[in-house]
Amino acid sequence: MSVESSSTSVAVTDAQSKNVRKPKYSRFSQQELDAWQPILTPSWAISIFTVIGLIFIPVGLASLFASESVVEVPFRYDDECLPPDYKNDALAYIQNDSINKTCTRKLTVKNNMQAPIYVYYQLGNFYQNHRRYVKSRNDKQLRNKASEGDVSSCSPEDYTSNEMGHKPIVPCGIIAWSLFNDTYKLSSNNKDLVINKKNIAWKSDQLAKFGSDVYPKNFQTGGLIGGARLNESIPLSEQEDLIVWMRTAALPTFRKLYGKIETDIEVNEEVTLVIENNYNTYEFGGKKSLVLSTTTWVGGRNHFLGMAYILIGGVSLLLAVGFLLLYVMQPRPLGDPSYLSWNKNPGSLR
Amino acid sequence: MKRYVYIDDDESSHDIYCDNRISNRKYTVLNFLPKNLWEQFSRFMNQYFLLIACLQLWPLITPVNPASTWGPLIFIFAVSASKEAWDDYNRYLSDKKANEKEVWVVKKSVKKLIQAQDIHVGNIVWLRENDEVPSDLVLIGTSDPQGVCYVETAALDGETDLKTRVIPSACMGIDVELLHKIKGVIECPSPDKDIRRFDANMRLFPPFIDNDICPLTIKNTILQSCYLRNTEWACGVAVYTGNETKMGMSRGIPEPKLTAMDAMIDKLTGAIFIFQIVVVLVLGVAGNVWKDTEAKQQWYVLYPHEGPWYELLVIPLRFELLCSIMIPISIKVSLDLVKSLYAKFIDWDHQMIDLETSIPSNATNTAISEDLGQVEYILTDKTGTLTENKMIFRRCCISGNFYGNENGDALKDVELLNAVSSGSSDVIRFLTVMAICNTVIPTPSKTGDILYKAQSQDEDALVHAAARLHMVYFNKSGNILGIKFNSSILQYEVLETLEFTSERKRMSVVVKDCQNGKILLLSKGADEAILPYARTGQQTRHFIEAVEQYAHLGLRTLCLAWRELKRDEYREWSLMFKEASSTLVDREWRVADVCQRVEHDLDILGVTAIEDRLQDGVPETIETLRKAGINFWMLTGDKQNTAIQIALSCNFISPEPKGQLLSIDGKTQDDVCRSLERVLRTMRITTSEPKDVAFVVDGWALEIALNHYRKAFTELAVLARTAICCRVTPSQKAQLVQILKSCDYRTLAIGDGGNDVRMIQQADIGVGISGREGLQAARAADYSIGKFRFLKRLILVHGRYSYNRTAFLSQYSFYKSLLICFIQIFFSFISGVSGTSLFNSVSLMAYNVFYTSVPVLVSVLDKDLSEKTVMQHPQILFYCQAGRLLNPSTFAGWFGRSLFHAIVVFVISIHAYAYDKSEMEEVSMVALSGCIWLQAFVVTMETNSFTILQHMAIWGNLAAFYAINWIFSALPSSGMYTIMFRLCRQPSYWIAIFLMVAAGMGPILGIKYFRYTYRPSKINTLQQAERLGGPILSLGTIEPQQRSIEKDVSTLSITQPKNRNPVYEPLLSDSPNATRRSFGAGTPFDFFQSQSRLTHSTSYTRNCKDN
Repeated sequence: MSVESSSTSVAVTDAQSKNVRKPKYSRFSQQELDAWQPILTPSWAISIFTVIGLIFIPVGLASLFASESVVEVPFRYDDECLPPDYKNDALAYIQNDSINKTCTRKLTVKNNMQAPIYVYYQLGNFYQNHRRYVKSRNDKQLRNKASEGDVSSCSPEDYTSNEMGHKPIVPCGIIAWSLFNDTYKLSSNNKDLVINKKNIAWKSDQLAKFGSDVYPKNFQTGGLIGGARLNESIPLSEQEDLIVWMRTAALPTFRKLYGKIETDIEVNEEVTLVIENNYNTYEFGGKKSLVLSTTTWVGGRNHFLGMAYILIGGVSLLLAVGFLLLYVMQPRPLGDPSYLSWNKNPGSLR
Repeated sequence: MKRYVYIDDDESSHDIYCDNRISNRKYTVLNFLPKNLWEQFSRFMNQYFLLIACLQLWPLITPVNPASTWGPLIFIFAVSASKEAWDDYNRYLSDKKANEKEVWVVKKSVKKLIQAQDIHVGNIVWLRENDEVPSDLVLIGTSDPQGVCYVETAALDGETDLKTRVIPSACMGIDVELLHKIKGVIECPSPDKDIRRFDANMRLFPPFIDNDICPLTIKNTILQSCYLRNTEWACGVAVYTGNETKMGMSRGIPEPKLTAMDAMIDKLTGAIFIFQIVVVLVLGVAGNVWKDTEAKQQWYVLYPHEGPWYELLVIPLRFELLCSIMIPISIKVSLDLVKSLYAKFIDWDHQMIDLETSIPSNATNTAISEDLGQVEYILTDKTGTLTENKMIFRRCCISGNFYGNENGDALKDVELLNAVSSGSSDVIRFLTVMAICNTVIPTPSKTGDILYKAQSQDEDALVHAAARLHMVYFNKSGNILGIKFNSSILQYEVLETLEFTSERKRMSVVVKDCQNGKILLLSKGADEAILPYARTGQQTRHFIEAVEQYAHLGLRTLCLAWRELKRDEYREWSLMFKEASSTLVDREWRVADVCQRVEHDLDILGVTAIEDRLQDGVPETIETLRKAGINFWMLTGDKQNTAIQIALSCNFISPEPKGQLLSIDGKTQDDVCRSLERVLRTMRITTSEPKDVAFVVDGWALEIALNHYRKAFTELAVLARTAICCRVTPSQKAQLVQILKSCDYRTLAIGDGGNDVRMIQQADIGVGISGREGLQAARAADYSIGKFRFLKRLILVHGRYSYNRTAFLSQYSFYKSLLICFIQIFFSFISGVSGTSLFNSVSLMAYNVFYTSVPVLVSVLDKDLSEKTVMQHPQILFYCQAGRLLNPSTFAGWFGRSLFHAIVVFVISIHAYAYDKSEMEEVSMVALSGCIWLQAFVVTMETNSFTILQHMAIWGNLAAFYAINWIFSALPSSGMYTIMFRLCRQPSYWIAIFLMVAAGMGPILGIKYFRYTYRPSKINTLQQAERLGGPILSLGTIEPQQRSIEKDVSTLSITQPKNRNPVYEPLLSDSPNATRRSFGAGTPFDFFQSQSRLTHSTSYTRNCKDN
């Protein structure tokens, strides 16, 4: 006769009713996936720093060399082109349309510049990244003829004034409205250096962002004139100055491409600049420069990357050497149990 | 306040008392949405995100598309709302099931079948065998002629044995037919939750009994959620219904638990919020000043001369929105996700499946795994938690002969079997006492087996053992007991039962042998309650030896004895006994006195030894967790001696001279106070010594201490690493948890019975053992495991990993949000403090939700140390307990790192992309790529083990970043059309990116290496040892040791040292006043123990909080 205890049977049936099928076994569910568990041994650390040093210094040197080979001729003209009479009242000068703003200066190029030579205008202290400014455009309007009337987010340069009929402005917004309007003419040895203003904008912008059937309308007709006017018979996709300008800069000092010179400039050649100094930077103390520059694979003349690479590479090598010396002079056996306080000194974990 | 219950008088009670509807629901269909939203919005984080999302609807100030906040916000809300709704629906279903169960009720003297929810106070409820009691009833009738019925109270107090309940004397002898015509009034107290007290009176109306007041006690009630057993039917008057029953009153709504880590994260979030406000104020003021001094001159910005009234607010609000990403919206989602994965890992863990029952571990609460790693106190139940709660008859000593000493199992001892078959009279008497000297009820089951319903596990063990030795107790009909011995059937008539009390420490029955008419007294009890009453001339020396030897092995001993009574003696005595049993004053004492008169001159038959086996691996588990710096308290309803014995055998306390056990006792307030003071003084002195000092306190003294000397007791609680609390009630268990919690300790309560439920709910973490006492505790607990030993793995492996992983994940979430936010802030300084966003909406949203969330999610697979190493060096848990991996200073490190990385990224981007390259979209993408690369390397550096998934997530994410951005760059309508293609073709882009990585990670790598090698943390040292195979692995290994009595006995000789505390018979007792054996407080507690497991030093922090 077999005897069964009541309490056992209750517990067992209870357990069985609750008995969930055994959870499936997998290496994931058991947290037993194969794992690579590197630890930071001296050899790892020292070799990582050595490798960084050995790679960064040559790369830094190369880019520094490239950047050094770029010939750059900057010429700041906002104060240079201010007639002495107006030194203390630049605003009156720039806002007076009756004054002739042409300004002719000579510039000696110290190095040989090979074509193509890029002509930039550089603005300083000009906040194209200001929130009011950045947002004041309408991409749809620029792209489609159908959206010509779409001027949302362009305020205050969205419609012409009520006297003018409250018509939508194309292109609307204060970015377009404040288009840069200085012009440059360069010549050397009485021969014009032709500035090619074609293909200065991004191809993609011309194709996709600015419509070939969208023509400027009601532009710069209000009481306030910002910057340049646009030829109403040329579609936006061909208005390359506008397209370049509308690529807002992230920094308050920036360069924008004005054109390209397709001929070389020799050493010590004297270049004559004829500048129409129209753009008002005097009101907010901005700077204007004309920059002639060649280019290489790293871009324009900018030593930052090269210097930084050499610095980082050098520091890494120093660290590697430092760690190596430390390791040689003060070797530490890794994983020494004597560092575990509960082995070393009972009760000292507190 | 009292209530007057008129029996079967529906009208009077209808309006005053609630009906029997049980409701555990939190919501209704109508109030769900508002109530749930209200609850969700009471969380600070949610309010914050809602505010941000609303502000973003204002186009003037929003830097990005509002959808970037609204989308995630609505998603998060929907997820938690549907979870709540599902839980509540399940609660509704289970309530409905209980409410609609049909019961027989007498209404207006008519018996009707109604739904349980329609029972009203005063109704007479009829129950059949195995019915669940629907409300609290006062018994008025049962099928038993003596008016007795049996109930199982497991759901209420967790005790599985059957309890006897009797009808009040006033109802005695009322005919079944008349029961439903009964009328009367019950005067009872207002509903309370005390399940051991019911002080009421009943008065029946004529014609039943003329105005006699009959006192009622808890013995006369059957309470809601109990089951009627072994009784054909019973009926009673409903006195408490619905949520006013004792069960309903004690059913507290468990508060949602918040882990220490969550609290810390909330605190850090608050700090970041304050930082954000400061940044916003500073930048807002700076922006307004810049606007008035500079921007007004900048004609191209076209600021109007007169702005609207809110003009001053615009710039600060813009910065608020710009900085709102400082607090990552993704953190809650990520945390919820990884937490549920931690819980899944627990559910899935094959090493935590109880092989006997094949019940896997289960994490009911998925939100608190990290807390497991921060446990400081474990409060454990004893029976069923540390022990198996499976009493097994192991050895016996019959008239000087030891059985079971060789193989540890008397039932297999050939000598005993031979003695039984040869019919040795001593042995047969011994077996008879084993079989019938008890209150066990045998019932035949359908399969022909016999099921025993025993009130105590010990009696159960004895009856089973007797049956195995061919003395089968198979039937009880009325007072006639039937026993089968080898094929012959013997019958005994029970004349009297002298019940067990903890004062007397023995129980006896007086039976008449139906074969020869002899009247016998059969007794069993503790050695000290039996041996002194041996008949003069009997040698008891070898029984004393046996008891000593057995107790030493941790076995529970009982002495069995018998005496033949002369007829006259019996007749005389039984009159006295009847009289004593019916006295009203001092009944218990009088009965004991009468019993004493017959329980003497006993013929001692022998000693039984019953084993309540410790679960496998309990001592090792306790030792390992001790080393991990966790303090243990044992809270048990059992008696002091049993508790101490178990505590010794499972390494809970150490024997002299290493350990010292101090006792707090006393019956009066003064005694307790003095004793508490003394213990406290000793504790203070010995804290500096490397000695394990523990204190032991019983329920009575504890009650006084808690009520009157709470402060002193709290101090004691903080000082003591170990405590044993005996005879404590469920609510005292909860109070003890409360005390430890009030001292800011993380507590874990583990238990298996319904009496542990309150402690489990009260503790920071509740662990239930799904064991023999049912699943009560397991259901209420946050985690349920099959065996106590799984606790080690639960804490050291799951808890620790969870803590480490969450520590990384949460801080990293802040790091990456701060990184991008700092860049935005820096950019605002070069954009006229006007609140321009450098990054576009798509990038910002994808950065938080996608690019940076995926790699970090796989950190749930990260393991800093292997499970084996952690088990070998449990001390390493200290880092989790003390919160070394997530605290303000580690957070400051991450804060600094994000500031440093922001500077690196920003400076390099604006210098490398200066002048003719300073196009907004390009600079933005360069900076964003820099952030993505850096975060990939940060995750790499902080990851300790790379599985395939980690590689995929980290490097795949980097690839995905480019893929996604190429897709966006291919869309002409997007702002970043062609940008990414242009950048990837430029050598200067790659040069700049690698520069950022090297400049950003170089210093971090250097510092990490230096710390790792020259200032290693314990974790680092163990990592090095583990992965380089250092000598450390051989240290401190704790081999799991199979603990069994059998193994120990071989090393024991029969003659054992004298000084020891015997283990007393743990027979069932309802009385809370057990005799106490007082150990002089402060005097060394003399113990001798055979196991000397604790030979090597186990030292640990007393209290991590002191650090």
